[in-house]
Amino acid sequence: MIAGLGLLVGIFLGLLLQPDVPLWLEPYLPIAVVAALDAVFGALRAFLDGIFDDRVFVVSFLSNVLIAALIVYLGDKLGVGGQLSTGVVVVLGIRIFANVAAIRRHLLHA
Amino acid sequence: MPEEPSGRDRLLTALKQPVSRGQVTVAALLAVVGFASVVQVQANDRDDDYAGTRQQDLVQLLDSLAAASERAELEIARLEQTRSSLRNDTNSNNAALEQARQQANVLSILAGTVPAVGSGVVVTVQDPTGGVGIDQLLNGLEELRDAGAEAIEINNSVRVVAQTSLSDGEGGVIIDDQQLAPPYVIEAIGEPHTLEQALDFTGGFIDEIEQRPVGGEVSVKQVDTVEIATVREPTEAEYAEPVEEE
Repeated sequence: MIAGLGLLVGIFLGLLLQPDVPLWLEPYLPIAVVAALDAVFGALRAFLDGIFDDRVFVVSFLSNVLIAALIVYLGDKLGVGGQLSTGVVVVLGIRIFANVAAIRRHLLHA
Repeated sequence: MPEEPSGRDRLLTALKQPVSRGQVTVAALLAVVGFASVVQVQANDRDDDYAGTRQQDLVQLLDSLAAASERAELEIARLEQTRSSLRNDTNSNNAALEQARQQANVLSILAGTVPAVGSGVVVTVQDPTGGVGIDQLLNGLEELRDAGAEAIEINNSVRVVAQTSLSDGEGGVIIDDQQLAPPYVIEAIGEPHTLEQALDFTGGFIDEIEQRPVGGEVSVKQVDTVEIATVREPTEAEYAEPVEEE
């Protein structure tokens, strides 16, 4: 219940404040968001599996975001930023689909 | 067998659960996700397409734009060239057409295929004794031509052109298979004074007709408007062919 409220509050704050994304963050924010989504779906799946642990969630969430940003940063330094971002998004996308499939099986039994 | 709660049950339980530490943590992180997503979506919508683009991509974009504009410039140059050459063509076509038209005018007057009008002379030859024949008339026509007559007509019925033929007949002359009777009226378009001079000199046309043994009478009148209405059908050359100029 509180979790859902948290999500709504976040969205509401974003709409309300409409902050500008700082320039240094611009290349990383989209990847970070996708990585965070991956962590959230992973957590939801773990919850439905009955193996959810909030400490694990926090750690996986933060590490996901950091590693994603790091990979993109490294890619930029190596001159393959664009390609690497695409790669990260593809991998995370696959994971999200897998997690969502598991969640769907739990909730809809299908 | 103890019943394992299904995922759905767990979700429902969690929704009804009072506040716990774990829930607050999850809520905080979800808030961050929601916030970040919304911010990113809006930043994306606001769409300065190029803010936040990597330097490498920008360079590539710039390159492709430069290449595109170069191509466009080449295309412009090519089209301009085409336009100017077309314009030249049109000009020279027009000039050629104009020239051809002028030539056609000149030639059609010479060939007698169109009526003509202009200043000139009217020569009337009276022949009371029947002494005027083709010798005298031919002589007169040659003198007129020599003096630059551009169109000649006899008795309002025969147009004198390059193919015109003359022969003597009963009670007059036959010109182009047409029997004519005196008096002969020769109308010629050209410079009136020059034409008159051409006929009137010692041993010339007038002289020849008015003297014995011909004994005719000639009057020459300069007029501003000679109308020559007789025309000839243009004839196709059957044997002669123009020689192609190199």
